Amino acid sequence: MMPEATEKETPDGVQIDLISGQRMDELASMEKIRMILDGVHAGNIVILEEGLTPDEESKLIEVTMAEISPDEFNGIEIETYPRSASKDSSLLGRLMGNDGPPAKLTVIGPANQIETLHKDETLISALVSRN
Amino acid sequence: MGLFTELKDSISRATDRLFSEQEPKRIGIYGPPNAGKTTLANRIARDWTGDAIGTESHIPHETRRARRKENVEIERNGKTVTIDIVDTPGVTTKVDYEEFTDEMSKDDAVRRSREATEGVAEAMHWLREDVDGVIYVLDSAEDPITQVNTMLIGIIESRDLPVLIFANKIDLDESSVKRIAEAFPQHETVPLSAKEGENMDEVYDNIAEYFG
Repeated sequence: MMPEATEKETPDGVQIDLISGQRMDELASMEKIRMILDGVHAGNIVILEEGLTPDEESKLIEVTMAEISPDEFNGIEIETYPRSASKDSSLLGRLMGNDGPPAKLTVIGPANQIETLHKDETLISALVSRN
Repeated sequence: MGLFTELKDSISRATDRLFSEQEPKRIGIYGPPNAGKTTLANRIARDWTGDAIGTESHIPHETRRARRKENVEIERNGKTVTIDIVDTPGVTTKVDYEEFTDEMSKDDAVRRSREATEGVAEAMHWLREDVDGVIYVLDSAEDPITQVNTMLIGIIESRDLPVLIFANKIDLDESSVKRIAEAFPQHETVPLSAKEGENMDEVYDNIAEYFG
């Protein structure tokens, strides 16, 4: 049994979970979304090494919406780095019918705790409040 | 020869029937809240059917249910293109009822936010299951490079849906169509003001060309 990614919340800190691509590869789409949202509900910042597929992102938005509750959970903030242009245009990869993993660093956190989530070309910067 | 001509005519008639009976393509109008999606849907519907689709408002999440206007016939260059227009709720990753409490009571704000979340989920479902093409509407006075826009364009591309990007609100001083065209260079960007009816000829030319 693998250890839970979301461990006990410390009372005066913000927990950051960095989840490897390898760990996500072992999960079904809904398990990935559940792991992310369970972490975010606990007030954690979740960082995915390899991000989600477009279909999983679509489901993440849908499930997030279903779980929004007034005064309890306002939804998520999310920022990603897209795949590099060279990977996107890999002719061989496309011919082989394999675009490879999304491989995009993704930062997700609770909307009511992330005061700003800023992205520029090489940096994602999050300002997080503790409550 | 006679038999051949007859056979050719028969095939031609069958082909005509096949295409004339084809269901109109469902074109989803997507974008973030307050980009002017319903104003655009109403403009298109009024121009070609005489009816409106939904209520417009400056308060975000006025559209909280996907609404379809069927059989909108758009005439371009002697040809008619028939589409169904689906006006969808603005997509976001967060909804806070306190955003609406300046404009309404807390109870109404909570109800609006609950309906808004259901609407966003519905819009995502339509995108995955039920649309054949997308008009992605952006407010050209706002920065287009947001996570929601990037994610949604990525989702649309992954489903191989034809997409047109509409740079709306060109009547505003802060509008920048170039900023949108540069953010999504892989897609055709069409400038317009749905509210003022500016550049609608180019809008309809592009709709007919992309979705006809």
